[in-house]
Amino acid sequence: MAINPFVKMTSTVIKHLLGPTACKMYPVEKPVFFANTRGHIGIETNKCILCTLCAKKCPTYAIQVDKPGKAWKIERTKCIMCLACVASCPKKCLTSENQYSAPVTVKVVETFNIEPPPPPKATETCPGKE
Amino acid sequence: MIEKQETVVIASQDELLKKVAEMSSSGFRLVLISCTKLNHFQIDYTFDKNYEFKNLRFYVPVEKPEMKSISSVFMSAFTYENEIHDLFGIEVHGLNINYGGKFYRINIKAPFSTLKKTVTSAAVEEGKK
Amino acid sequence: MPKRTIIPFGPQHPVLPEPIHLDLAIRDEKVVEAIPSLGFIHRGLELLVDKKDFNDMAFVAERICGICSFIHGQGYCQGIEEIMNVQIPDRAKYLRTIWAELSRIHSHILWLGLAADAAGFESLFMHSWRVREKILDIFEETTGGRVIFGVNKVGGVKKNIENDVLERIVRTLKDMEAEFKPLANVFIDDYSIKHRFSNVGMLSKEDAYKLGAVGPVLRGSGVSIDMRKIGYAAYKELNFEPIVENSCDCYARTIVRVREVYQSVDLIKQAVDKIPEGPTDQKVTGFPNGEFFSRLEQPRGEVVYYMRGNGTKNLDRYRVRTPTFANIAPLVKMLEGCDLADVPVIILTIDPCISCTER
Repeated sequence: MAINPFVKMTSTVIKHLLGPTACKMYPVEKPVFFANTRGHIGIETNKCILCTLCAKKCPTYAIQVDKPGKAWKIERTKCIMCLACVASCPKKCLTSENQYSAPVTVKVVETFNIEPPPPPKATETCPGKE
Repeated sequence: MIEKQETVVIASQDELLKKVAEMSSSGFRLVLISCTKLNHFQIDYTFDKNYEFKNLRFYVPVEKPEMKSISSVFMSAFTYENEIHDLFGIEVHGLNINYGGKFYRINIKAPFSTLKKTVTSAAVEEGKK
Repeated sequence: MPKRTIIPFGPQHPVLPEPIHLDLAIRDEKVVEAIPSLGFIHRGLELLVDKKDFNDMAFVAERICGICSFIHGQGYCQGIEEIMNVQIPDRAKYLRTIWAELSRIHSHILWLGLAADAAGFESLFMHSWRVREKILDIFEETTGGRVIFGVNKVGGVKKNIENDVLERIVRTLKDMEAEFKPLANVFIDDYSIKHRFSNVGMLSKEDAYKLGAVGPVLRGSGVSIDMRKIGYAAYKELNFEPIVENSCDCYARTIVRVREVYQSVDLIKQAVDKIPEGPTDQKVTGFPNGEFFSRLEQPRGEVVYYMRGNGTKNLDRYRVRTPTFANIAPLVKMLEGCDLADVPVIILTIDPCISCTER
């Protein structure tokens, strides 16, 4: 009976010493996220019509929409990724991306300039890309 | 409906102590003592035996916030009653272990006794900052 | 006559995951009296009912604690649904049950790692947390987050799990069980763990019931009470019995938690076999008006929520009584008469989650 624990211990030690590591070699090997991972909110600026529904639904007031200045601002550190804005956008221009936003040392507000699509009766030129 | 819950309102402090002693001798265990601030303080004593739920309710007026402790019957009530004293400012008489206000180490005295019932627009603007 | 010395334990201590303070009065290396004191992490979350409406309080409820976050969200949504008399679809009930049982498995494996660390067995701690990573990957794949899920809402759940993903979860759990078995056998059979945990922290059956203990502390002393038998979510249709051990010491509570991991894997298999098709949520209109006490079984014991609404979009009161709060009085009783070197092990066997206790 005394030999059996010694054999078990040695085989466990050898298995973990020569086998694959349990941790990822992070900066060298990039992590792979799942499709459902809630990383950050992305916006397609040429579909937005500045209706401000996303700012009204946000529970932490992270999204601010500036109608006269034609800008859509988000403070990434306040966003809790509840996806209420994604569900409430009527033009479906907000998406949930699966990469996490980068760590920062100073809290900034990210601004996107919006060119709303032209009203249907007006013009035949395309809106400019931002 | 997940389970039936009955609430009995008790009028006076002595009747409450008598009913609590009856609960203890018939084998109930103390689950929770909670306090809600409406126009008065509403104190709920909750008991349970074999998944059967019983609730005793008692009102304390805001002008005279004091109540008697049940820790002579249920020893574990001292944690709940010290918490009610620290957060709501109600004086509890007859506690077996009385921390004198030092159970919760917080700076403001009785923070929950100022529960506001309406949200003003100033508070919403404060939240947006 | 030897003098009494007072030794302060915590809030900073290598063995505590969260800050709690105890004043230990000792005489000749035996503890005579222990006086707990809280408040290092009090955030006043219950006051947020004035500022957030009742749908947004589900996000606040989830963030009370990191380990038991799903069941806090589930308890809140269940209580509001009872007040407003909303019937959620059956598939939502089964999905909530599956996520709650996965939460229970990951919390117990986390605790087993911490108990090994308190006893000084660091490599067992690392192996337990390595096994736990498989469960966190299941959470990230199905809900999008590893710790805070954001998947409960008043009226049901926000995401669906397809049937082939459910089959894959059952296969992953079988692999995890095979990896977990050698670790569990170390907890049950190893000589040094048995020595450190047996006959330490005795709590008799009468004391456990009268002092209001809940969870594995109560079931390790021979009392068979488990809140899942009330029949909320899908537990009415599943077949299980509460796990009870009779030796009333720290070793019994460890065995209860190990056996509960195996029981949860079996419950998930039963739920995946019985899950019906259908929608996953129900539209909810109006405001809550009324009150309800919602009782659930967290990994640490019985949690009780009291919610009261008055017909407007803000609730009147939201009160949370977590299992660690109820286990403080039995802890004071367990520490009387023990050796000073056993204090960390005894504090860890009640599974202290202080951020839940003080919200």
